[in-house]
Amino acid sequence: MAAGVAAWLPFARAAAIGWMPVANLPMPIAPTNKNKHQDELIILNVSGRRFQTWRNTLDRYPDTLLGSSEKEFFFNEETREYFFDRDPDVFRSILNFYRTGKLHYPRYECISAYDEELAFFGIIPEIISDCCYEEYKDRKRENAERLMDDLEDNKDSKLPNMTFRETMWRAFENPHTSTMALVFYYVTGFFIAISVITNVVETVPCGYMPNQRDIPCGERYTEAFFCMDTACVMIFTVEYLMRLFAAPSRYRFMRSVMSIIDVVAILPYYIGLVMTNNEDVSGAFVTLRVFRVFRIFKFSRHSQGLRILGYTLKSCASELGFLLFSLTMAIIIFATVMFYAEKGSSSSKFTSIPASFWYTIVTMTTLGYGDMVPKTIAGKIFGSICSLSGVLVIALPVPVIVSNFSRIYHQNQRADKRRAQKVQKARLSRMRISKSGSSSAFLHSKRNGLNQSLELTGSLEEDQQLKKTTSLLESQHHHLLHCLEKTTNHEFVDERLYEQGYMQTALQNFPSQSPSLSSEEGITGTCCSRRTKKSMQPLSATHTHSHTHNLQELSALHIQCGERQALNTSRSSLNLMSDESGSLNCKSSGLVTTAIISIPTPPSNNSRASPDAPPPPNPDAPPLPNPGNDVVKISAL
Amino acid sequence: MGALMVIFSLQTKQRRKMTDSVEDELELSAARHRPEALEQLEAQTRFSRKELQILYRGFKNECPSGVVNEDTFKEIYSQFFPQGDASTYAHFLFDAFDTDHNGSVSFEDFVMGLSILLRGTVQEKLNWAFNLYDINKDGYVTKEEMLDIIKSIYDMMGKCTYPTLKEETPRQHVEIFFQKMDKNRDGVVTIDEFIDCCQNDENIMKSMQLFENVI
Repeated sequence: MAAGVAAWLPFARAAAIGWMPVANLPMPIAPTNKNKHQDELIILNVSGRRFQTWRNTLDRYPDTLLGSSEKEFFFNEETREYFFDRDPDVFRSILNFYRTGKLHYPRYECISAYDEELAFFGIIPEIISDCCYEEYKDRKRENAERLMDDLEDNKDSKLPNMTFRETMWRAFENPHTSTMALVFYYVTGFFIAISVITNVVETVPCGYMPNQRDIPCGERYTEAFFCMDTACVMIFTVEYLMRLFAAPSRYRFMRSVMSIIDVVAILPYYIGLVMTNNEDVSGAFVTLRVFRVFRIFKFSRHSQGLRILGYTLKSCASELGFLLFSLTMAIIIFATVMFYAEKGSSSSKFTSIPASFWYTIVTMTTLGYGDMVPKTIAGKIFGSICSLSGVLVIALPVPVIVSNFSRIYHQNQRADKRRAQKVQKARLSRMRISKSGSSSAFLHSKRNGLNQSLELTGSLEEDQQLKKTTSLLESQHHHLLHCLEKTTNHEFVDERLYEQGYMQTALQNFPSQSPSLSSEEGITGTCCSRRTKKSMQPLSATHTHSHTHNLQELSALHIQCGERQALNTSRSSLNLMSDESGSLNCKSSGLVTTAIISIPTPPSNNSRASPDAPPPPNPDAPPLPNPGNDVVKISAL
Repeated sequence: MGALMVIFSLQTKQRRKMTDSVEDELELSAARHRPEALEQLEAQTRFSRKELQILYRGFKNECPSGVVNEDTFKEIYSQFFPQGDASTYAHFLFDAFDTDHNGSVSFEDFVMGLSILLRGTVQEKLNWAFNLYDINKDGYVTKEEMLDIIKSIYDMMGKCTYPTLKEETPRQHVEIFFQKMDKNRDGVVTIDEFIDCCQNDENIMKSMQLFENVI
């Protein structure tokens, strides 16, 4: 329950009067305000600065230091105040959290000091409110990364028990791990460079042949170049195969961009080997050699910057697309205009609109080759407009791309995005846990049987024997939820038991048995409950009858493991009880466990079956086989 | 066609202006509600001065503007029932507290309601409960109204209950209620039937005393 609304609890409880006429069961007793002290001011002395607040304000969050009894450790008897030897500036934010329900992070504070204070006062940082949460997380991440950079050096120690394959993969991915990896790294780099230079030099004309024609070096020294090519391709192939072998997930490796580049780089060679010197396909073969230039992309494994550039282009796809689209629009418009403007002049180079595209592109990018120039006045006017607009259209999206690149570059210098996602998931789960704390607190307290003494007809002396481990606020809240349970005659359960119960009711639909009977074997009790199957308390007959004749009526029962009763007496006391209700109450002098007993009412067997109120038709009511034995199914919640 | 468009745009502009001014008004009124003086409230309700102080502090903490509108009301009430959906019941409660039906609950409404519920006579409490059930405030509680109320109560339980909630459980509950309350079997429950029946029912009487010492 969010403590900010703790003040409205009285209202919520008052509103519960609306349930009373509807309820069919007696309501539990309200927890009494034993020490009915008026709300008092307490003084918190933090390193000399005195803060004052109401006690109730602090009680709103009972799982923190100030809200629980832990603060008594800091109570100073002489001065009657609570003294904390901590930072008073940070304490301001913490106290404001109690007052307003929102935790803020002051920007001028050091992140680790703030964290320490939060940890001291028992407040989890995940509940920092949204206005300050991003700032907090950013600062925390920066800090963590800064610390991690110092640890980087120690990280390179080899982990034990890494298989050969894993070692190889690690060597490939991070060349600084071992000298072998470094050697491999440089060797492959060298051969990529050699291969690229070879491809380039192949086309340089060198030397004359007797027929007075320049031939490129590639044709002059065919064998040499072929040997070089073969050597490089062999190295690349070996490297690719080794990577493929070492990859943890081969399928994923084969789909990655780098491996595709590798394959494209070495494929032309093999295709060339396989193909015969056929006339038709040799043309295609020549174009295939173009793909050899892709070997230069293999350098991106060696250069982080190149990878980032590629990533930027990919992430700026939308901006690039916009640039392209707007350029295309402008080109078409201006080309059309220029064509029609220059149509009149003789010997015009603007023979068609597609022919004018070339002029438009050259003008808009301010290249201005001058191979096509307008001659008419209209053409010149439109040409100048074209060049001016070209500057604008191109200049607009470029800064976006540049800023994107710089942002990504800086981001890549830091941790991965994946780490941020994990943190977000962790935060959400912790917040969910703390929020569900309220509902689970109720179930938890039921488990501890704290609600038992609040049965309307139970005896009141037992109150004092109960340890009041929950604050008054919590017990009042639990009482409210308990009243709701009584009104609707259903119980709150946690997810797990709900799933169980759901499965069982689903399973049990075929044999027409009531879930309560058939789930005898189903719901396992704890060891205590198994023991208590044999024993039952003498039932106090003083309880009001309830109207429901529901076979699935549940109520809580104190089980005291000490006193045991023979089964027959318990059975007889079962018969003694007034029949319709299954609500049992008994005194207990010890808090052992809570058991839920479902007592199917034995109307047929009971000699004192009251004829006045026949059970209303309940579709689930199965005929009772023999209510005498084992009608008690005990399941511990 | 053009005329239509012009008229349309004018209308939307007007409406926008109207909503703007209404919003401004609301803001002004919401920002400036101060409750009546403490003495007056003390006279009108059955709370002591100190109790009123405590109540007002809590009220103002959650609603600094001095009035609660329905959304805030639902939000606050839902925090007490984390497992289920308390918004429908909160809506009915809001209607019951908002005695002058102006869409917001001021501190006076709040405190008057609480005074009846916590310090009132049994008759007054039952009256209040009947008013809660009577959704359209016509003096009769029909089966449909009761079904709505009971469904909203069951909604607060949420999904994870034992035994699992079935479709017909609220309806059965309504039947039981009507069997108990509707003496002359005319399909509606009037205030007299209701009060009579509740006063004769021991359980309900006991439960009414339950919330005596809430403050």
